[in-house]
Amino acid sequence: MNSDSFDPAAQEQRQQQQAVEPDTPESPSRREFLETTGATVAASTVVSFATPAMAQSTDAAAPQTAITVSVNGVQHEVEVEDRWTLAELLRDGIGLTGTKIGCDRSECGACTVLMNGAPVYSCSQLAVWADDAEIRTVEGLAQNGRLTPLQQAFVDNNAPQCGFCTSGQLMSATALLQANPSPTADEARAALVGNLCRCSNYNAIVEAVVAAGGGDTA
Amino acid sequence: MRALSNHNASSIAGAVQAAARARAEGRIPAFSGGGTDLLQQVKDGTDPADVIINLRTVDEAREIEAGASGISIGGLATLTRLMDDAAVRARLPALAQAAESVGTPQIRNVATVAGNMTQRPWCWYYRNGFHCFKSGGDECFSVNGENGQHAIFGGGPSFIVHPSDIAPVLVAFEAIFQLAGPDGEREVPAAEFFVLPRVDPVKENVLGDAEMLARILVPSPAENTVSSYYKVMDRAAWTHAEIGVATVIQRDGNAVTDARVVLSGVAPIPWRLRAVEEFLAGRQITTEVAQEAGEMSISDAQPLAKNRHKLPMTSAAVERSIMELAAG
Repeated sequence: MNSDSFDPAAQEQRQQQQAVEPDTPESPSRREFLETTGATVAASTVVSFATPAMAQSTDAAAPQTAITVSVNGVQHEVEVEDRWTLAELLRDGIGLTGTKIGCDRSECGACTVLMNGAPVYSCSQLAVWADDAEIRTVEGLAQNGRLTPLQQAFVDNNAPQCGFCTSGQLMSATALLQANPSPTADEARAALVGNLCRCSNYNAIVEAVVAAGGGDTA
Repeated sequence: MRALSNHNASSIAGAVQAAARARAEGRIPAFSGGGTDLLQQVKDGTDPADVIINLRTVDEAREIEAGASGISIGGLATLTRLMDDAAVRARLPALAQAAESVGTPQIRNVATVAGNMTQRPWCWYYRNGFHCFKSGGDECFSVNGENGQHAIFGGGPSFIVHPSDIAPVLVAFEAIFQLAGPDGEREVPAAEFFVLPRVDPVKENVLGDAEMLARILVPSPAENTVSSYYKVMDRAAWTHAEIGVATVIQRDGNAVTDARVVLSGVAPIPWRLRAVEEFLAGRQITTEVAQEAGEMSISDAQPLAKNRHKLPMTSAAVERSIMELAAG
């Protein structure tokens, strides 16, 4: 049972620690470089939190509620501000940044997670509504470093381009494959209609989902 | 998002009492079934709610129950549940088709029937914070503005279109809406639930401040009834209807004995085409009859400067809807 708190000071401290203690100072990968740079910027601009909700979290008057939520099988007892979205809780509270916030208005699907098994837009759910819910995010797909067949199919079919929509696509497709293990291309398109791809790589995404179900995409 | 508080309701009665209490305290409550649209509006500031009455914690009004006299649909049933329900698919296919055409899986998985029925207009002026009739102002900016998606029937003083796909189907099936408020329950026919802007320029329905749509009763259609929902969009998926046609036809052999044709996306309320219904009654469906019905459907349309394309679109959609039903 984890007990997370959203103390702004603690968050700032975490960011500063990241800034002064990069994981691999010798030859940072591109990703590490970007993360380290981002953290430095965040730490040096006084108090800069990831989202507007977090920026406002010093507002003592904002109502808060204690909730229990299961994320990828781990129970979290957390105190959330009533106005926080589930996406903000996952990213800024629990630190699972695989869930992306694109439009923040239930249009693009980048924030898609499974709530009690069903895909939902986590940007448009309040975190308090997830009390007692089971949430599955992209971090909950691979087990012990082994990709799911769907994830492997995304790799094999070059389904991600910039990758920003990928975690949402994966969650919608995961729900589809659970309900329908061998979807057709049309069924994949219907299930993924709520996940937009700014790179417009839809054909490869659909091919990956069909391939993950064992279908022929040739 | 600005500060707000969430109240978990445990029953329909508790929810409406909580809303009434919030009102009495000078606060602005909003019921939340699925919340997707509500949160957008709260973030944008077009909905001033500061107390969210969360209905996910309500156990009642979620089920869909089929009986001999009809099908009872809880207001809190999700659209996914509605489109997947075996009795709805078998007996009210137009309703399942309409539910399936709404939004995306992510939206349908949380969106409720009641929320779909009571969603605010999607007019771009209203949604972008213009102080119009729908937000308590005294102007409809579409009249002399961008009105390509606005009403061709029943407009004035506001020219919004009602966006719900399932509302016209429920009107066509002559459903009864059960409303719950702090003073008790009442029933209104679906057609009387929705109100034109000339009756109430601000609200789209008869719900009182702390009142909600609790349940919908759809009477069993007569034998030999067929129905469909035909939706035309400006892209292939994931958007509102340019026009939607809910058609319910009762047949005796090849002849129509009774018809209901109700449109979405062209008027501030689900728009019933009574003249078309009367024309169809007693006729055999032929290509010519369907075509004439289509032409008749726009005879009293009053288009604005930029939405004339909706006229041929409406004619064609009504004609095709009737032909497809006849063929099926």
